[in-house]
Amino acid sequence: MTFELFVFYLFSFILVAAALMVITRRNPVHSALFLVLAFFTSAGIWLLAEAEFLAIVLVLVYVGAVMVLFLFVVMMLDIDVATLRAGFINYLPVALMVAVVMALEIFVIVGPGNFGLDVYPSPPPLPTDYSNTEALGSVLYTVYMYPFEIAAVILLVAIIAAIGLANRTRSDSKYQDPSLQVKVRKGPDRIQVVKMEAED
Amino acid sequence: MKALRDYVKSLFLLELMKGLGLTGRYLFKKKFTVQYPEEKAPISSRFRGVHALRRYPNGEERCIACKLCEATCPALAITIEAEPRDDGSRRTTRYDIDLFKCIFCGYCQEACPVDAIVETRIYEYSFENRQEAVLTKEKLLAIGDKCEAQLAADISAQADYR
Amino acid sequence: MDSLISLWEWLGENLIIIQILIKIVLIVAPLMLCVAYFTYAERKIIGYMQVRIGPNRVGPKGWLQPIADAVKLMFKEIVIPSGANKTLFLIAPMLTLGPALAAWAVIPFSDGLVLADINAALLYVIALTSVGVYGVLIAGWASNSKYAFLGAMRSAAQIVSYEIAMGFALVGVLVAAGSLNLGDIVRAQQGQAGFLDWFWLPLMPLFLIYFISGVAETNRAPFDVAEGESEIVAGFHVEYSGMPFAVFFLGEYANMILISALTALFFLGGWLSPFHGFPVIGPALEWVPGMVWFFLKVMFVGFFYLWLRATFPRYRYDQIMRLGWKVFIPITIVWIAVVGLAVVLEMPWWFD
Repeated sequence: MTFELFVFYLFSFILVAAALMVITRRNPVHSALFLVLAFFTSAGIWLLAEAEFLAIVLVLVYVGAVMVLFLFVVMMLDIDVATLRAGFINYLPVALMVAVVMALEIFVIVGPGNFGLDVYPSPPPLPTDYSNTEALGSVLYTVYMYPFEIAAVILLVAIIAAIGLANRTRSDSKYQDPSLQVKVRKGPDRIQVVKMEAED
Repeated sequence: MKALRDYVKSLFLLELMKGLGLTGRYLFKKKFTVQYPEEKAPISSRFRGVHALRRYPNGEERCIACKLCEATCPALAITIEAEPRDDGSRRTTRYDIDLFKCIFCGYCQEACPVDAIVETRIYEYSFENRQEAVLTKEKLLAIGDKCEAQLAADISAQADYR
Repeated sequence: MDSLISLWEWLGENLIIIQILIKIVLIVAPLMLCVAYFTYAERKIIGYMQVRIGPNRVGPKGWLQPIADAVKLMFKEIVIPSGANKTLFLIAPMLTLGPALAAWAVIPFSDGLVLADINAALLYVIALTSVGVYGVLIAGWASNSKYAFLGAMRSAAQIVSYEIAMGFALVGVLVAAGSLNLGDIVRAQQGQAGFLDWFWLPLMPLFLIYFISGVAETNRAPFDVAEGESEIVAGFHVEYSGMPFAVFFLGEYANMILISALTALFFLGGWLSPFHGFPVIGPALEWVPGMVWFFLKVMFVGFFYLWLRATFPRYRYDQIMRLGWKVFIPITIVWIAVVGLAVVLEMPWWFD
């Protein structure tokens, strides 16, 4: 067994175990953390497949950003597991059926018939100065230019929509405007002298 | 125009640079830390350290048990018991100062009509158990005997201002 | 000596893992020492700026102070709060320190002197610094304490926000250098005008933003609302004591040194001599090894960390968020466009 093979099996084992933990843990925070572990190990496996750009971006985007926000939400929410599990038995047959169908579909697509070693032989080892990032970039900006740009625009629309949905000015909330605060000068901006009748 | 100037000011971090310049200058200023155990800061003659009871030059203790100090003490740190002595003079049998309660305000010293209870320049003292925090009459007199020269000098230096 | 070199070569051929481990130790051990003495430098420099003299009791001039601190922390009791998640509680400090150390794998100390000379080094560094936030989040959550949790939330939100500005600033560097390899980025700053050839000049706004975001990213003053020594308890690590706390401490300072090193690489020409190409002084200093220049630059940037802390009052939280999202990100985006234009037009004398 070569070293690469050993690393592959080690990472695969951790990946599958972590993935199982994600769906079996009772505590949602633990599940989220195991999902992080799963992402990390799959990044390791991608590195073995010489896809270093994708591996690092997986860590950067999913581990570094998406899962942090996920954890934020999961940690802040007080999830009542009991009510979530209430109808478990009732939904079980339907869920099981859906799961089996999905598993079959996945098997049909990525099964050995389509992705076996005879169909996809392992690629020839690349020279050391080969840059994965550069190759990916040149493909993205030439062959897949339009899909790439369209995806970017869709993301932009999503951002604007999210801001539009979340950003409503509430009349009852009090807030400070830092730019106005910075501009305050000594004297009339800070205090106002009010003359009033003496009370007795 | 002013808004523009503010923008330039904040974008080029002008005011932050000014602040950095100030601390940068202080980096090279002469330091005036007193290296405590080796060096000590000068002490005023009005310094209020641990207490002492004084005696007259003939050895008779000054305190006449008038209890003004006990009455004026804002922290109720002083406890006095007194009875007449054989020669008819009124003297204390017990004079305790609880240093845990004492706030070193110096009111006892000011209240005393005979300059008996005073606060010395001693500020380096410590206890190893809680009982020692109560200064008894014997201890106070012992401190007074030890520092009498300094105490007399301090009190005469202050005499004009009392 | 010869036998040592032959042993080293033999290791490289047969037991490359052992060789790599030795290299890692050679990087991490001095780094840990640097971290320890960075705390000493901090106390001394801030002391001097406040007209004090700082620690001077342990050893001559206080030189043994960090050792004494380390020994003290090692012998302290490790208190695990009741109801805390023990495993996560103890993993969290390691998650803070780990990425800060792992990032050093791709840092070139001198021309070619690097543990792993990988092509996507810059991405690797960004990815690892973004993983560091887990230590903070998990520490806050596993402590089973409201204070720790709120501190973790504040801190994590701040780190995630400033990561974006940092990433954008690095995109500018990437465009200017045309490579993701840290060694190539430094080589792109080589020229005949010494320090005027480095990227800090054409990328001035990005340089400032990268460094300031780095300060915010490491939760240092004036962005230390997560810790807020004088206001709130201690942020996410309130419940920590003894060695786990020491590891958090090490992580914070290791991160500071890492950001300083990265700033030196990206904007201050890494191992390049600042006087290269200058008359008289350039050739006179040609003998200085590149590593020395690199260390000097790291120390220079590290000094700024301390200088900032001694100078500025703490930001208010909403102002921190405003600065990150509404000031830094727009400026970086504009400047990326400017840099892109300069590169396309081959503007002299940095990009021709």
